[in-house]
Amino acid sequence: MPELRELTYAEALRECLRQLMEEDERVFLIGEDIGVYGGAFGVTAGLIEQFGPERVIDTPISEAGIAGACIGAALTGMRPIGEIQFMDFVTLSMEQLVLQAAKVRFMFGGKASVPMVLRMPSGSGTGAAAQHSESLENWFVHVPGLKVVMPSTPYDAKGLLRAAVLDDNPVIFVEHKLLYKTKGHVPEAPYIVPLGQSKVVREGSHLTVVATSVMVGRALQAAEQLAEEGIELEVIDPRTLKPLDDAPIIESVKKTGRALVVHEAVEMGGFGGEVVARIAASEAFDYLEAPIRRLAGLDIPIPYNRRLEYHAVPQVESIVREARKLVRGEY
Amino acid sequence: MMQLSQDLIQRHQDLIEALGAETLKAMLQEMHLIRAFEERAEQLYMQGKVHGTMHLSIGQEATAVGAANAMQEGDYLLNHHRGHGHCLAWGSDPNRMMAEFMGKETGYCRGRGGSMHIADIESNNLGANGIVAGGLPIAVGVGLSIKMRRTSQVCLVIFGDGAANEGAFHEALNMASIWRLPIVFLCENNQYAMSMPVQQAFNIENISQRAAAYGLPGVTVDGNDVLAVYAAVSEAAARARRGEGATLVEAKTYRYKGHSKSDKQVYRSREEVRFWQENRDPIMRFSQLLLTAGLISEAEAAQMRERAVAIIDAAVAFSEASPEPDVADIMSGVYA
Ligand SMILES: Cc1ncc(C[n+]2csc(CCOP(=O)(O)OP(=O)(O)O)c2C)c(N)n1
Ligand SMILES: [Mg+2]
Repeated sequence: MPELRELTYAEALRECLRQLMEEDERVFLIGEDIGVYGGAFGVTAGLIEQFGPERVIDTPISEAGIAGACIGAALTGMRPIGEIQFMDFVTLSMEQLVLQAAKVRFMFGGKASVPMVLRMPSGSGTGAAAQHSESLENWFVHVPGLKVVMPSTPYDAKGLLRAAVLDDNPVIFVEHKLLYKTKGHVPEAPYIVPLGQSKVVREGSHLTVVATSVMVGRALQAAEQLAEEGIELEVIDPRTLKPLDDAPIIESVKKTGRALVVHEAVEMGGFGGEVVARIAASEAFDYLEAPIRRLAGLDIPIPYNRRLEYHAVPQVESIVREARKLVRGEY
Repeated sequence: MMQLSQDLIQRHQDLIEALGAETLKAMLQEMHLIRAFEERAEQLYMQGKVHGTMHLSIGQEATAVGAANAMQEGDYLLNHHRGHGHCLAWGSDPNRMMAEFMGKETGYCRGRGGSMHIADIESNNLGANGIVAGGLPIAVGVGLSIKMRRTSQVCLVIFGDGAANEGAFHEALNMASIWRLPIVFLCENNQYAMSMPVQQAFNIENISQRAAAYGLPGVTVDGNDVLAVYAAVSEAAARARRGEGATLVEAKTYRYKGHSKSDKQVYRSREEVRFWQENRDPIMRFSQLLLTAGLISEAEAAQMRERAVAIIDAAVAFSEASPEPDVADIMSGVYA
């Protein structure tokens, strides 16, 4: 068997961007330092050399402008892919995204569409402190008209980005700083991972762990450790937060009788609450053997100090601890 | 260099007399201190003793020192991400700054903020900012408060060329203008916003031209000439203190180092960097000026660098001996 080709998450994204741009002239990139600099995390490296500054557009530091430019271009026949350098800065694009991109189709009676993607890296773990470490995905989940995607592997990053760009709606595409250098199998030929399909990434019988983004890998590591104790976690990655494919989650909880939702964003008001509510409101309710729990970021801004930063969000140890408690009934 | 010094001495004759040798020497010493701090910060980063990122202001020391010295006790400072120099010039304690940079409990922000968020509320240094242009609207509020409290304070807000292309810049300048707020908007134009050269980000010659659109005075000065910055900011501050409102001061300078830790600097040439280092270095220029004017001796000039390094050595020692924040205390400090 030939060896499977491996790419990093950043390379997988770049390959997807390149293929889309080669196929479709309407696709272009716009953002801060995405040209010769290659993007703050190197995702767009080399693309300006191939496609030129007309299709890889470096902007001034103007996040509202970037979002608006995507919307306007999308409304008039282009397929823009914007980059927000850190997810934190999307706060400056919020009006355009929430009040314009998300709503124009509905307000205009379904006659307009906004086929744009806005990519942005979320998350802590790099020492970037409170204003460069946000995980704000649930803000967008709360907005009708937007789709929200959060890939956790290079394979999904490539396939979901393609699906997002081909989708006729505004898609918020949330990457993670700590994932950019992670490696995994990525086929070269273009492929799609459809939006709105959760994935069971590990099967197990004792506890369903629903994890997003960087937490998927941590949940899998926790599962390895717990397997040695005879505790088997079933790990599910929703991959798309909106629309949310909850069927596999509900099916899984019917099997395991227990559920833990893990994400990096602050627990209160976070995506986990939605997942918990869906489980509690479903037929899985009758199968529950333990309370449904969440493990998420503390209700604090991300601290600079390395140790504090580490403890501000779920880590493998904390997932192991929480999962063990739930399975052993020690809650 | 000699000729340049003569020219500068002539241009700033009155100012040199007014400030006097002691103040001028102190200003040069501050510039050395900033450079020594930044060089050590970079070294500590390379040694893996700090994580995260940092934005070094080597090459921009004249703007920081000129501006801070033009302000008075009780004035406010709003700083930005490339702000170590502004803090030091404002009079912050290098020990507590370094401790913050190293994430220690003894740091200005108890290790919670780091390089990009150093603040010293007690000295009205309202903090650096990780968000480009994040400080400008806040300056409006500070200016408004000064006016409402009827004090004679002034708010100095420092930001980069890149910040002038955020919407917040425009909102802030207009509000400051219509309400005649006591603000000095200092745009530190170091020619680049990360990889974006100002020539590509603006279709105007000087960022200070934008002031006119809001009915404010705008001036552009040589940001590597500490006395030129001092003069422009003094005048702007005096105007603000007289109740005549805000000014936009643009200081043209140059950043020697990469934007942050991971910058390959493919967007500019080594020659360009070298040109600024060799011909326009603010410390070299100011030392030369003071030497030519006979205000310091060669020996004194040499000692300044050593003294700065010694202060930074002590700051690192203080920081290394300082405790880390306690994890048990992680939830504290979010709410008042
Ligand atoms: C709102 C926002 N957008 C983007 C960034 C990322 N970023 C940080 S500094 C910087 C460049 C800033 O350039 P400038 O204002 O000229 O200041 P300089 O770094 O040159 O001192 C960028 C793009 C940010 N921190 N905040
Ligand atoms: Mg700049």
